[in-house]
Amino acid sequence: MKTIKGVNDFVIRFANVNGTGSASANNMFAKAIFRMGIPVSPKNIFPSNIQGLPTWYEVRINDQGYTGRRGGVDAVVCMNPQSMAKDIRDLEAGGYCIYDNTKPLDLRMVRDDIHFIGLPLTEICRKEYTQARQRQLFKNVIYVGALAALLDIEFGVLKDLVGEQFKGKEKLIAPNIHALELGYQYAREHYKCPLGIRVERRNVVGDRILMEGNAALALGAIYGGATVAGWYPITPSTSVVEEFEKYCGRLRIDPGTGQKKFAIAQAEDELAAIGLAIGACWNGARAFTATSGPGLSLMSEFLGLAYFAEVPVVLFDIQRAGPSTGMPTRTQQSDVLAAAYASHGDTRHVLLFPATPKECFDMGALSFDLADRLQTPVIVLSDLDLGMNDNLSEPLQWDDSRQYDRGKVLSATQLDELSGRFGRYLDVDGDGICYRTYPGTHPAKGSFFTRGTSRDEYAVYTEDGDAYQRNMERLLGKWETAKSLVPAPELHPARKATSDGVLFFGTSTASTLEALDLLREENIHLDGLRIRAFPFSDAVLEFIDAHDRIFVIEQNRDGQLRKLLIGECDINPRKLQALTYYAGMPITARYIRDAIRSGMGGGQVVPMRRQTAGVKP
Amino acid sequence: MTYIRPQFRHPNLPTNELGFTRQHYEGALSTLCAGCGHDSVSAAIIEACFELAIEPHRVAKISGIGCSSKTPTYFLGNSHGFNSVHGRMPSVATGANLANREMIYVGVSGDGDTASIGLGQFAHATRRNLNMVYIVENNGCYGLTKGQDSATADVGSASKKGDPNPYEAIDLCALALQLGATYVARSFSGDKAQLVPLIKGALAHSGFAFIDVISPCVTFNDTPQSTKGYEFVREHMEATGKMDFVPVRKEITADYEPGYTQEVTLHDGSVIHLYKEGADSVRDRDAALRAVREHKRRGRILTGLLYVNPDSQELHHILGTVKTALRDLGEADLCPGSQALTNINNSFR
Repeated sequence: MKTIKGVNDFVIRFANVNGTGSASANNMFAKAIFRMGIPVSPKNIFPSNIQGLPTWYEVRINDQGYTGRRGGVDAVVCMNPQSMAKDIRDLEAGGYCIYDNTKPLDLRMVRDDIHFIGLPLTEICRKEYTQARQRQLFKNVIYVGALAALLDIEFGVLKDLVGEQFKGKEKLIAPNIHALELGYQYAREHYKCPLGIRVERRNVVGDRILMEGNAALALGAIYGGATVAGWYPITPSTSVVEEFEKYCGRLRIDPGTGQKKFAIAQAEDELAAIGLAIGACWNGARAFTATSGPGLSLMSEFLGLAYFAEVPVVLFDIQRAGPSTGMPTRTQQSDVLAAAYASHGDTRHVLLFPATPKECFDMGALSFDLADRLQTPVIVLSDLDLGMNDNLSEPLQWDDSRQYDRGKVLSATQLDELSGRFGRYLDVDGDGICYRTYPGTHPAKGSFFTRGTSRDEYAVYTEDGDAYQRNMERLLGKWETAKSLVPAPELHPARKATSDGVLFFGTSTASTLEALDLLREENIHLDGLRIRAFPFSDAVLEFIDAHDRIFVIEQNRDGQLRKLLIGECDINPRKLQALTYYAGMPITARYIRDAIRSGMGGGQVVPMRRQTAGVKP
Repeated sequence: MTYIRPQFRHPNLPTNELGFTRQHYEGALSTLCAGCGHDSVSAAIIEACFELAIEPHRVAKISGIGCSSKTPTYFLGNSHGFNSVHGRMPSVATGANLANREMIYVGVSGDGDTASIGLGQFAHATRRNLNMVYIVENNGCYGLTKGQDSATADVGSASKKGDPNPYEAIDLCALALQLGATYVARSFSGDKAQLVPLIKGALAHSGFAFIDVISPCVTFNDTPQSTKGYEFVREHMEATGKMDFVPVRKEITADYEPGYTQEVTLHDGSVIHLYKEGADSVRDRDAALRAVREHKRRGRILTGLLYVNPDSQELHHILGTVKTALRDLGEADLCPGSQALTNINNSFR
């Protein structure tokens, strides 16, 4: 029988029932490997439910640093009878199935090409613990202990993690370590340890951190000076505001009075959430809201107002699988078009596409500068994969000399010194951006009326078509200015000259870069360009011009970024091949490799009729 | 209707404590229909701000969409205004207020804007006890789209179109009382003597001050069969009692009448004197609700100050925010710096 072997290079999946406390045990497993200096990439695959449904935790361990999903599973920890048949079926040949053998395995599930490793978890728990909840919780810790033996995880690292996890609840430390030992001893006594797959201490993690993108976005908002947050709970964005509140509670409390230098309002719906943020920004604060697809739809009208009335505002959209309620706990990159053109009429919004927690932090902070500078909404498009999973990332960094860019705002003194009449929508320096004033600045100067209706350069209501068009054209001028201010794309050149390229963004990045490496081994070379913002800067156009065939990799059905590129950059659609994956799990390196390989062979990645719909050959 | 406002003003126009004349509190020329109740409400807001000597730039005017929501252009031209989207004034006002607690927020809305499309936002701004004045210019119809019934139209009331409204009316004062508003009043655009002190009291109140002003639509809903027309309201309104507003600085020279039966000291030290009949306290929410319903049952419209709680905690107090306006905080207050970030990074290792 084949046996999968590998040191620091395998994928293990935990199949659990949600609400049984498996998450913290599984996190401990991933963290222990991370602490051993080995790059690790855990993905939580959870249901839209609180208790009783299947949940999975897939951990990729790879000391070459590939952190995207690879595809395939080498070992599975089967803790859920509901999903067990499929969990075993999905295992790679030669892989390992770790299961609870208190009861004999259903013979229909037996495969002769994988290794079964039975642990009598229920029986151990029955002997050791009297309370049902204890039995449930410790079962998870016991299998982590067994994995330590089976995979060679340093037991001391696990003990340290238990100590940290229960800091302040010290009496829980000993029982948890005992549970780890129970599993560890059982595995040692009954199996040859370690297995063919195992870990070994490395020093390749360096100073990197393991954190969720949503926490990084929240910290970006704090460092970027956001003081007001309006929000409405929606998975997977909820933890952005929860983390914002948590860190504000530590970092933004006035030491003298205990009062808060921030305000969070849980609104009645997403309309109010963004209305609140817009109201605060209009009044000179930095404010944001966080949401996901359905919330973005609801916020559309307000986004149009902020675009047209030129009020800065920041929106963090943590995308999930749509349309409608879709798969609310699965990931996608499917709000690109909805965000780019949110609202009726001719609107367009600045988008930022982070790919790592560090970039969530950087773009989180940057979004407030951009919104103030451009006086327009800035939408950061993250997703569930980045937002809610622990992602390996460069550490967060802040330059203490950095000043906030509050954009063009006139003070009372500047208003007094102004020679001509103040025109809120008068472009005095040709970049399409006009000076604004905060309410309450000056007793007699600088006041104006903000409105979603057409107005002239002096903010006076008008239905004059010329004045309306002048304003709309100026907004386009401002859009041009934005191109030079948003983050530039990131080039990943091939090692050999090539006329093939790939365009990608956000959480498709790690898997794409790995796929390019895999293809290189087959002597297939493609240049890569990671898009980091909309509007697209000139470098994006130059990349497209420089290549004959370009795959646009994205996690949605319709190739939304591709459509945006075609429409905005006037590209021949046949030049851009859609490479899409949208089943709700993060895209894998193997999928991208296979799709590019077959796409290169002349076949289309996506069926022709969908690819070329509406295009006459 | 004139389209050009004469610039001439009498040289001896009275000034307030700040040295401003009423002219300083005016806005652009109204484009509403001649005789529209809303213009009277604008005039009452101007009068109240003038008399209280409020610096106009300290006021932020916020509205939604509709005839009423256009009016902030027509008063306090030296204040910033924000004509937002339909029914969403309360959320914009909430955000604006959170950004800067030092200003005065005046929201103007209509019955369509508040009782229909914006009912949810109205309810939640009320619950939060947002520190603002929320005025509904209530004419029972959608004026800007030519007279459809609104959700505050009484059963049987008929507008110019002639069909009696078959649906139950939403009583915004009753709703505000139920939702926890801390200052609730109803008035009539044609009764400036009552409306001006009510607005002054609302401006001085700390918390959510709601005034439902019946403000007839002369073009579409001023018919004899309408319960929101001038004729019906004049004949059927009943006041809870006269009210005097005594600003804190004017205690000694104020021209209030003696003989009041109730006195309420507001958060800022100003005082409301009420000349009410009956024993019910203006601080009794349940009594206010009973009175509104009882009058409605009798086909009467109860006006005046219905309820006030001067000791309530407004949103900033509930949230525990710093006294400084959040928008005035800079990097030193807001950015925790690189050392804190080093510690945060370590917590993720």
